[in-house]
Amino acid sequence: MGLKTPLYDIHISAHAKIVDFGGWDMPLSYGSQIEEHHAVRREAGVFDVSHMCVVDLTGARTREFLRRLLANDVARLTVPGRALYSCMLLPTGGVIDDLIAYFLTESWFRLVVNAGTRQKDLAWIREHAAPFGVEVRERSDLAILAVQGPAAREKTAALLTAAHRATALDIPRFAAAAIDVRSGTWFVARTGYTGEDGFEIMLPGTDAAETWRALVAQGARPAGLGARDTLRLEAGMNLYGNDMDETRHPLESGLAWTVAFEPEERDFIGREALARARAGGGHRQVGLVLEERGVLRSHQLVSAADAAAGAPPLGEVTSGTFSPTLNRAIALARLAPQSATQVLVDIRGKPHAARVVKPPFVRNGKPLIEIQ
Amino acid sequence: MSEQVPQDLQYTKSHEWVRALPNGQVEVGITDHAQSALGDLVFVEVPQVDRKLAWGEACAVVESVKAASDVYSPVAGRVVAGNEDLSQKPELLNSDPYGAGWLMRIELDAKAPTLLSAGEYQQFLKESE
Repeated sequence: MGLKTPLYDIHISAHAKIVDFGGWDMPLSYGSQIEEHHAVRREAGVFDVSHMCVVDLTGARTREFLRRLLANDVARLTVPGRALYSCMLLPTGGVIDDLIAYFLTESWFRLVVNAGTRQKDLAWIREHAAPFGVEVRERSDLAILAVQGPAAREKTAALLTAAHRATALDIPRFAAAAIDVRSGTWFVARTGYTGEDGFEIMLPGTDAAETWRALVAQGARPAGLGARDTLRLEAGMNLYGNDMDETRHPLESGLAWTVAFEPEERDFIGREALARARAGGGHRQVGLVLEERGVLRSHQLVSAADAAAGAPPLGEVTSGTFSPTLNRAIALARLAPQSATQVLVDIRGKPHAARVVKPPFVRNGKPLIEIQ
Repeated sequence: MSEQVPQDLQYTKSHEWVRALPNGQVEVGITDHAQSALGDLVFVEVPQVDRKLAWGEACAVVESVKAASDVYSPVAGRVVAGNEDLSQKPELLNSDPYGAGWLMRIELDAKAPTLLSAGEYQQFLKESE
């Protein structure tokens, strides 16, 4: 028996297939995960992501602390409500977790970290927060609903009063606003993990079930972790544990854009190791599209199409799936530096032709990759 | 949601079904329970015609969005047909697992091994719940 979100009973009564995810009993799908995927690309879906961990950091030196803790630089957050995606690194450069940091006030930042890494994240954050006098508070009282899709913001706004509706619809991309509703405060962020527009709503757990029902009544389709995975992979977004972990640094994981090397004097944890790795030219992340029928899966080996017999593989698939939008198998892979645009992926002992592409594969409902 | 287990077929504990055809050959597929557990099927690989199959040999692959799964031959014999429609329409396995979603037809080497009756398979599903 795993941990349960406040929406567990709703999932069960909707006949969701339940799976373990990071110690939580979560809905995989409510029937067809491909239909759930299409609903998000075409209109709106709603996900229960209450397993994710909200951490509030408070104290006068919070910003200074985060400039030490995170590989991306929260100095970039100058307007309250703005958010930043970042990795939290070991001194080796290995990724402890990826997270979103929200700037609320000069003495209050909010982090959202992954469920599966919750314990080690909290221990790491607490250890490094102490010297800065920053208080670390886990907000397990909050549930999170992700409403995603081209119609997601409108469907969410329909639940609010006229004044609050305008506030919600005015939230810029990658920013958030606190909105007071009858039962408490909603923290509404225009973020997501699908490649579509939408909101992630952090709200009191006691308000989650009613809000979920209201969103479904507005036409948001309940969607599970299965659709969430195909959507994020089409959007070229990494999954912690697959596409990055403590043995790999962000530059090998397609996340160089999240590492702020400037200003040079900012001494974030992992900086030295990354500076060395940056000069080295190691593996890099690419996208793959399978040119044949079949499905790409993590750990499949990738070789150059013109490789000599016995040559070592270029690397491996870190996340693979079947893309419902492209109707093709797609993947993220970590490969040795090379210029090949055609590679071979070993699927059950047989080589299958794949094309190297630059993710994302799909954004805002539109394919970005041509399929022959 | 109850899963269908037609009375006129035989079954295996690895969730294949076997239908005796009038010409003595058998048709093989995966059960409603198997397709439901796998979720949306997106790729199916059926064996080549004339391939000789041993009993219990992995002979086909069915892949859903979330996982790949082997299909084991419930009989020994020679493949006489694979369902080519599945390469373009793997979803037939979800929508019609006992009909249009059949996987292969096999000419038996010998008498079919002992398989489960519909009642026995239903009992097995209940016990493994």
